[in-house]
Amino acid sequence: MPMYTHTVDQKVYAFDGLRDLLAKASPARSGDYLAGIAAADYEERVAAQMALAEVPLARFLSEALIPYETDEVTRLIIDRHDRQAFQAVAHLTVGDFRNWLLSDLATEEALARLAPGLTPEIAAAVSKIMRVQDLILVARKCRVVTAFRTTVGLPGRLSTRLQPNHPTDDPAGVSASVVDGLMYGSGDAVIGINPATDNVGAVMTLIQMLDAIIQRYAIPTQSCVLTHVTTSIEAINRGAPLDLVFQSVAGTEAANRSFGINLAVLREGYEAALSLRRGTVGNNVMYFETGQGSALSANAHHGVDQQTCEARAYAVAREFSPFLVNTVVGFIGPEYLYDGKQIIRAGLEDHFCGKLLGVPMGCDVCYTNHAEADQNDMDMLLTLLGVAGINFVMGIPGSDDVMLNYQTTSFHDALYVRKVLGARPAPEFEAWLERAGIFSGDGRLLADTTPGPFLDSIRKLGA
Amino acid sequence: MSDIVTKNPWNTLTRFTQARIALGRAGTSLPTRPHLEFQFAHARARNAVHHPLDEGALCAALAARGLPNFVVHSAAPDRATYLQRPDLGRVPSEASQASLTTFGTAGFDVAIVVVDGLSAFAIEQNVLPFLDLLVPQLSARDLGLAPVAVVRQGRVAIGDPIARALGAKLVIVLIGERPGLSSPDSMGIYMTWSPVAGTTDAQRNCISNVRRDGLSYDEAVYKLMYLVSEAFRRGLSGVMLKDETASQALLAGGAGGNFLLE
Repeated sequence: MPMYTHTVDQKVYAFDGLRDLLAKASPARSGDYLAGIAAADYEERVAAQMALAEVPLARFLSEALIPYETDEVTRLIIDRHDRQAFQAVAHLTVGDFRNWLLSDLATEEALARLAPGLTPEIAAAVSKIMRVQDLILVARKCRVVTAFRTTVGLPGRLSTRLQPNHPTDDPAGVSASVVDGLMYGSGDAVIGINPATDNVGAVMTLIQMLDAIIQRYAIPTQSCVLTHVTTSIEAINRGAPLDLVFQSVAGTEAANRSFGINLAVLREGYEAALSLRRGTVGNNVMYFETGQGSALSANAHHGVDQQTCEARAYAVAREFSPFLVNTVVGFIGPEYLYDGKQIIRAGLEDHFCGKLLGVPMGCDVCYTNHAEADQNDMDMLLTLLGVAGINFVMGIPGSDDVMLNYQTTSFHDALYVRKVLGARPAPEFEAWLERAGIFSGDGRLLADTTPGPFLDSIRKLGA
Repeated sequence: MSDIVTKNPWNTLTRFTQARIALGRAGTSLPTRPHLEFQFAHARARNAVHHPLDEGALCAALAARGLPNFVVHSAAPDRATYLQRPDLGRVPSEASQASLTTFGTAGFDVAIVVVDGLSAFAIEQNVLPFLDLLVPQLSARDLGLAPVAVVRQGRVAIGDPIARALGAKLVIVLIGERPGLSSPDSMGIYMTWSPVAGTTDAQRNCISNVRRDGLSYDEAVYKLMYLVSEAFRRGLSGVMLKDETASQALLAGGAGGNFLLE
């Protein structure tokens, strides 16, 4: 393993290979301390960043962090690397690459051409020497547009996943949250439920119900039940009207194994969903979730820092041309991301790395009650991600997920960020909102509070 | 005030879900009342995480019930460390480890380990009324009960070394669960047969959400005694031992009606 060194005032800082260098250069977070791989102090961290800035990008193509022979995610990264695309930046060091990204040379078109030439390790490396404003500025220049029944990621648009979770998957309970969300203009990325059980029968019931709602009210959107990929495959085999196949993915083969998946299973799910041809304006059919710390949590990180592991998960995601990918940034708990400061930085890193690699990034801007975080931290992250051009965020009633017991962004939150940034929902969904009398003609404000399309159903219930 | 806030005329849907629907809006933002109600719920959950367990009061109450007890500190010295180092919460501190050896391995049947976990509120509210129902049932089955351990800054797995030190065949850990916005005082129960170092969660049985507004003490004791009896009969716990008393509520999701599709 080659040593990387940096000398400041005669003090030599030495790092044992790229893996150690990346871990020590990573901005402070509890998960890397828990793994015992973080910098020992403030000076060592910046010295590592200085050493990292001198490393040629090409070095990342020859020094694998996790061996090619033992990890299929490493093999995927190396085998899929586009050397032609890489040529544009092949002569640069990590430090020069940061300068290039910030410069006017890195246009939207240049960044799109470059994406297949970048590896997750390169994206993670440069992110570690970037400040928050750098992560925002560069991510904003990256555009990743995907489509199924709506088009997500267009300029000036910000979409939401309507997340109508219920502790027992009660159909009326789920539908009550669906109505609430639609009336607040939520759901253009997906109407996506975390089911209470992986039982295939119960999952099929939910898929059929969401499909029936979408058809009955002619809503241009797609549904997803966030169950294991193998359960979705089984549901497809049994004839379920399934739009998007979901799966949590991580950045190492061993972590994915702990999720009960590998690349072959993901490909099987991808091809099963494609075969249904249910998209109307596009055929991106996969929905992936990720999050820093998942590899460490599965004891499958191989000494690689959690942010680099996370970037590697995006290589897994992009292999399957996903419709949606989101980091669930604050869900995992304070042993990985301790407080609002760490959660905010991590959310922006994840969005930046994903977009740089060509992945349609969204974010579950969220926290648990044992993290040192609150609604103010979420407002900051939501606002920053909105400015950075995030494709989508979550929407739940009043920020309170009564099934998963955590807090994420609300329907109101999405309207706030759309309002202050002048952002609008996906065009197909926006047209429906106007037809349904939910949004007024200017595409932003709620026209009135009549639950127009749902009025009859609600009236029948009585007072 | 009231006409500044736009109400949502679908209040009737709140009968179907605990989710915070039909909150209304000020402009397009959350009105003051639901905003502050949320802040209070979060404050209560935060207090639950940081409220220190009053171990003196708990130990005295246990003694008054004729239950011998002792205090164990985990290797996590404070709350901030505890939250960031789950590994330290799974083992006793050096001092506690030393004191554990004084019990000798007397060969008890059952060890009860009470742990603050992520909500000392949950323990302070639930553990005594729960034990008042549980202990007589254990005695009725002639199960020898070890002194009750009261643990500060602990995680579930700290029950394993404690039970081993006591020479107990089976350990019942009562622990404060991660507080939810509407459930700051939820107690969890973890039962493990023949706990050893390296015991994984797959070898435990869990009963969750024990609290006044959740799973009742009676029902929790009923489920636990079923699991305890089966564990002693079959000599195992965990995924091989299903809770056959479990309700089928989760599988019944498709059974109810749906106002949107009728």
